[in-house]
Amino acid sequence: MKGGISVSEAVKTSKKEPLVRIIKRAERSNREIFTLRLLSVVLALVAGGIFILIIGYNPFTVYATIFSGAFRSSMAFQATVKIMVPLLISSLGVTLAFKLKFWNIGAEGQIIAGAVFASYFALFHSDWPHFLLMIVMFAASIIGGGLYGLIPAVFKAKFDTNETLFTLMLNYIALNFIVFLRDGPWADPASGGFPKIARFAKNAQLDKAFGIQIGWIIGLIITGAVFVYLKYTKDGYEISVASESHATARYAGMNPKKIMLKTMFLSGAVCGIAGMTQAAGSDMTLATSVAGGVGFTAIIVAWLAQLNPFGILVVSFLFSVLEKGSSVMQSSFGLSSYSASVLQGIILFFVLGCEFFVRYRFVFRKKGVA
Amino acid sequence: MDMLLNFLAAAVLAGAPLLFGTVGEIINEKSGHLNLGVEGIMAIGACAGFMTGYATDSLIAALIAAFISGVIASVIYALLTVTFMANQNVTGLTLTIFGVGLSNFFGEYMLGKTENNTLKLPENVTSQLRNINIPGLSNIPVVGKLFFSYNIFIYIGVVIAVLIYFYLNKTKAGLNLRAVGENPAAADAVGINVTRLKYINILLGGGICGIGGAYCSMITCGGVWMSGSVNGLGWISVALVIFAIWSPARAIFGAFVFGAFSVLKYYVPKNIIAVPNAFYDMLPFIITALVLVITSIRQSKENSQPAACGLSYFREER
Repeated sequence: MKGGISVSEAVKTSKKEPLVRIIKRAERSNREIFTLRLLSVVLALVAGGIFILIIGYNPFTVYATIFSGAFRSSMAFQATVKIMVPLLISSLGVTLAFKLKFWNIGAEGQIIAGAVFASYFALFHSDWPHFLLMIVMFAASIIGGGLYGLIPAVFKAKFDTNETLFTLMLNYIALNFIVFLRDGPWADPASGGFPKIARFAKNAQLDKAFGIQIGWIIGLIITGAVFVYLKYTKDGYEISVASESHATARYAGMNPKKIMLKTMFLSGAVCGIAGMTQAAGSDMTLATSVAGGVGFTAIIVAWLAQLNPFGILVVSFLFSVLEKGSSVMQSSFGLSSYSASVLQGIILFFVLGCEFFVRYRFVFRKKGVA
Repeated sequence: MDMLLNFLAAAVLAGAPLLFGTVGEIINEKSGHLNLGVEGIMAIGACAGFMTGYATDSLIAALIAAFISGVIASVIYALLTVTFMANQNVTGLTLTIFGVGLSNFFGEYMLGKTENNTLKLPENVTSQLRNINIPGLSNIPVVGKLFFSYNIFIYIGVVIAVLIYFYLNKTKAGLNLRAVGENPAAADAVGINVTRLKYINILLGGGICGIGGAYCSMITCGGVWMSGSVNGLGWISVALVIFAIWSPARAIFGAFVFGAFSVLKYYVPKNIIAVPNAFYDMLPFIITALVLVITSIRQSKENSQPAACGLSYFREER
């Protein structure tokens, strides 16, 4: 009798349900999803506030300073948009690749490639008519970024080379290539030994519209173009099919490899445009910091916006507000402007976590049922 | 000859932080997680290690703090990618932005509290970080300089790499881990607790990366706090994982080869081989890209990234 009980108990414990399980939930309504995401941002701001509180400042005044720092004057607002331009454009660029589930981590390198190609004309053909020069620089940035984006796609198509790692390597090759240009062939002879590339002539600088470089108009146009391309064109349809299954795409008469090559060229090309706007519109030279981490932030922006071009417009703007506002923290509180990265990180962690609750839910073991 | 010896010794010193980062990342990838947050974890470790050493006057405490801070940073990553099944690339990049930001932020915050705007490690700690001198061994010509003349970190790094090699290749737990990285559903089916194993190893890997960060802030910068001391070494570590073809043993060799690349420009006589400095800095990445291509051409399953690396594992969908 005694033995029997212990055996059945052993069976019971081995069949015991885990304390928590994860199951997929029925699809939530758009409204629920929106509320959830909003809640996650609010929670993130609270967590960021706690961080600010710990280091001895009032979260409300700090947040108010960030906000006013980005909007307090037309000059501040212009600076905010200036930060936004390359971020918006390169986020749209990586979106094209991500739609195909091609993990293009190489926006940083493609931005640089576009900037280098465009800078060649800005530096050595600045005597061309302004309009022609702008068109040529624009086209050069598309070709530069596009070709640099094409390299990993070619290897992926031919040998199935891992694109995440390969594009990551290409970033640093591009970065060191600028250093090479700066220290060697393109060094500014008038800099007195200080390593830099010459400032672009006025003729080779992007025009301004409403006091801000024209890149913001380019960005808005690309936003619309990417939206239409993905949603209403044959190419966009092919991307959505091929991203789900190469076999299905082939069955429907599509060529998945060709789609990949084309999409990666476009993805790199758009990132290249971002590089051109940064070099010819903001830096007025080819700086080693022309990409400056924007290519990485772009990946996060694109992901947060769920690869929706208009969402990207909103998210990249909010990121720029945070970035610009935090630069004011230095002058107002003596706090390092790195606080922007910390707050960005905290917000992102919460939003990334929140996506889980959109799709899944926890099921706890019911009490008393073993 | 002296020049060559100095070069090799400098290569070892420059490669050591990479060794920690690489071994940490290998463990991550073996569990199926491509952790792009290494740079951030190392930055956090750099800050935690340095500040603890500064405050407590103890090297051991600094090392432990660097390890623990790396573990804590990895908890965020593991929670998001394992339990919440968030995208690994995005989570890793976020961790990098967050970690580098936090490290530099806290560093500047501490600098603001000092009188002369410098933070210097106490003498008690720096003296323990000097190159060791083993009577007898360190004095052997060539061999002494090459093997027995480094700071304590180097030996810790090599020992960790060897231990992890045995862990991954010679123990049952390591075999289970590799199974999880290759095919979590199959591992789950034979009774391996996938989630637990992933957590343990992501945290362990993160802790090792944290120590690598402490090397950057405490040794590379000569005991004075500098912002951004990790400066991309975390990314090179991710590259080095490929160069080492996912093996901690080869990572030892690889780290010192990459270290050699980074100091090569100071030792190659400019009048004989005139190559721009930028080319030397580019070299590790070009070689890594080549290794990546070659391994993909050869399609060797053994010498490539774990099959399930980068994918979330959802039990009910296997």
